[in-house]
Amino acid sequence: MLCIDKARKILNQSQVIMTTEIAGIIFMYVLTVALAIPLGRYIGRVYEGDKTWLDKILHPLDKIFFKLSGINPAKEMNWKQHLMALLTINLVWFILSMLILMNMSWLPLNPDGNPSMPADLAFNTTVSFVSNTNLQHYSGETGVSYLGQLTLMLFQFISAATGMAACVAVFMAMKERTTENLGNFYNFFVKSCTRILLPLAIVVALILAFNGTPMNFEGKAQYISMQGDTVHVSRGPAAAMIAIKQLGTNGGGYYGPNSAHPLENPNYLTNIVENISIILIPIAMVFALGYIIKRRRFAWMVFGVMTLGFFLLLFNAVYNEMHGNPMIGQMGISQPLGSMEGKEVRFGPAASAYWEVTTTVTSNGSVNAMHDSFTPLAGMSALLGMMVNSFYGGVGVGYLNFYIFIIIAVFISGLMVGRTPEFLGKKIEAKEMKIAALIALLHPLLILAGTALASYLFAHNPSAYADWLNNPGNHGFSEMLYEFTSSSANNGSGFEGLGDNTPFWNIACGTVMLLARFLPIIGPVAIAGILAKKKYIPESAGTLKTDTNTFGVMVFAVIFIVAALSFFPALTLGPIAEFFGMK
Amino acid sequence: MKQNILPAIRLTIVCMVFFMGVYTLIIWLPAQAAPGKGKGETVMANNRIVGWKLLGQKFTDDQYFWSRPSVVDYHADGSGGSNKGPTNPDYLKQVQDRIDTFLVHNPGIQKTDIPSDLVTASGAGLDPHISVQGAYVQVKRVASARSISEAKVKALVDQHIEKPLLGLFGTERVNVLQLNIDLESLK
Repeated sequence: MLCIDKARKILNQSQVIMTTEIAGIIFMYVLTVALAIPLGRYIGRVYEGDKTWLDKILHPLDKIFFKLSGINPAKEMNWKQHLMALLTINLVWFILSMLILMNMSWLPLNPDGNPSMPADLAFNTTVSFVSNTNLQHYSGETGVSYLGQLTLMLFQFISAATGMAACVAVFMAMKERTTENLGNFYNFFVKSCTRILLPLAIVVALILAFNGTPMNFEGKAQYISMQGDTVHVSRGPAAAMIAIKQLGTNGGGYYGPNSAHPLENPNYLTNIVENISIILIPIAMVFALGYIIKRRRFAWMVFGVMTLGFFLLLFNAVYNEMHGNPMIGQMGISQPLGSMEGKEVRFGPAASAYWEVTTTVTSNGSVNAMHDSFTPLAGMSALLGMMVNSFYGGVGVGYLNFYIFIIIAVFISGLMVGRTPEFLGKKIEAKEMKIAALIALLHPLLILAGTALASYLFAHNPSAYADWLNNPGNHGFSEMLYEFTSSSANNGSGFEGLGDNTPFWNIACGTVMLLARFLPIIGPVAIAGILAKKKYIPESAGTLKTDTNTFGVMVFAVIFIVAALSFFPALTLGPIAEFFGMK
Repeated sequence: MKQNILPAIRLTIVCMVFFMGVYTLIIWLPAQAAPGKGKGETVMANNRIVGWKLLGQKFTDDQYFWSRPSVVDYHADGSGGSNKGPTNPDYLKQVQDRIDTFLVHNPGIQKTDIPSDLVTASGAGLDPHISVQGAYVQVKRVASARSISEAKVKALVDQHIEKPLLGLFGTERVNVLQLNIDLESLK
């Protein structure tokens, strides 16, 4: 009798926990969308040059930026000029970052005496931050000085703004008109920094600082614990960096374990704030699109497709994590919360799984739990999110990826009904399709070729590369697959058990990140630029409507086929095999 | 390229000054008014600093409530998780060992009462909390190690249950450091 009572009590208790945990993630999502809709309108106004309520403060600030840089923000650029400006400034950043990271040890702001980076690690880290990936093969506490952290923080602003500026060029090209002029790159870039990222970052950073995240320059602290151990505590200007790492879909943490660290993410409230920051701008950009091209319904179609994909991945992850690890269940203990390896009690599995999916669909890559320790199918949700890389996607670049899928869907739909494919009044012809197909295939190519190469090396010389893998069998394969997927998706999260700070991984992932960043920016901007120049054909009865549910389903199908067909075999060898091996 | 390079360099310098300097100051200044002045909040007991409010610490004595396992041994200058996969045999053996150790130190406890957070490592290795069940299951051991009645210890645990945010969102949990500090003054 007592036993039954006890069981009922535990069941009751776990039900309460389940409900508040689920309520937590529903609340987060609803609040995110509720904030994203007005923010999207604001972003649209910023890029269109319409009046906004922050103009009074930010007009003068923008003027200073343009004046000191000798830039005329009103000068129109065509798509090629956009790309030249974008690539040139990124090259400057690359050189700057290499210089600082390789000389941190003797530069100022290094109270903990952290070392400079060797060339291969500096290359990886530089590419990683310039490309908005923030894959980290170093650990924040021991691998960089405060100056290094601040430099990386700078890239979290400007690399995010780069993606947004490229995305806006595409928005401008989608308007109902025939033109070569797509606005000014520097104008979009500076405004993304000062008017969108900066105000939000200040709000988020202050919330974090007032909840206990460090914001100082004084080096490590020390204390003696209750049991008498001497403990050193790393600190520094963390709050400022964490805010922008989330908002700019960068993800590079201040501390090694990222937002699982109690100082980087102190409580459930900060977890909500940080997690909203991850997907806020990516969702808002979709609504900004609707504002700029004056097609609200089209924006809702895009939002609907993205949300459908996001929910599918989310259900899978949350269900599996809250269910617990069956292998641990077999040991006879209870799992009232769910799977807890690599997770923090203050967040619990539901909020950890929600974060996992939001951070991987958006190319953010920050974590509040260790992805390597997730149950196999939940881990697969993360992989799929990055493989698709456009369910919301990174700030700016997420929509660019989605744009490629739209172009392909328009083309296929056109073929199916036997008409010339048209998208928003512009004919899609061979040249645009070739670019779209190449970009769509680039992502699977980089991931699968990279993983194949790494697997080949490991399989043929397991003793030389024994330090690579932290886990045997299928999970070890998943670690390598995850690293390349994360690099190619410019995500930056990892199955961190992988021993990745070696020349092979630094250089291979660096190269993948570089290609996967800039080609998928160049491709869509080129397509959009070419389309913008074409004659505008007004809608007629024969026009394929792109703002309908039918077309939404079509886009989803294209995404599903491209992702599932290319990646299914690799997923079978990794998480799926691991899952079936569990029973 | 040529007409872009100079504006690119100048704009980069402006961004460096503004985002590395001015933005950092904008956050740093108000942070001086935050609890702990942006340096981190510490916890005092018996007139000395015994820990950080947000950071978990190692508790292994029978007379204290134990924290969760940590692969970095609660070192707050090199945090990290185990990154062990859910099916890794070595890892599963480690969990089994932790269960066995727990049972040895907690006689009279049923295996089924041990919640998984007590035998799995946290994400950063600095988790300040354990689950409510994780605290209850240790009451018997702590009470007998300190020769206090179980009811009193359990009542203390009940006082330390942190509710979900607004009572609605997130998990229930117990802060181990706070609990152990108050335990010291329990008679």
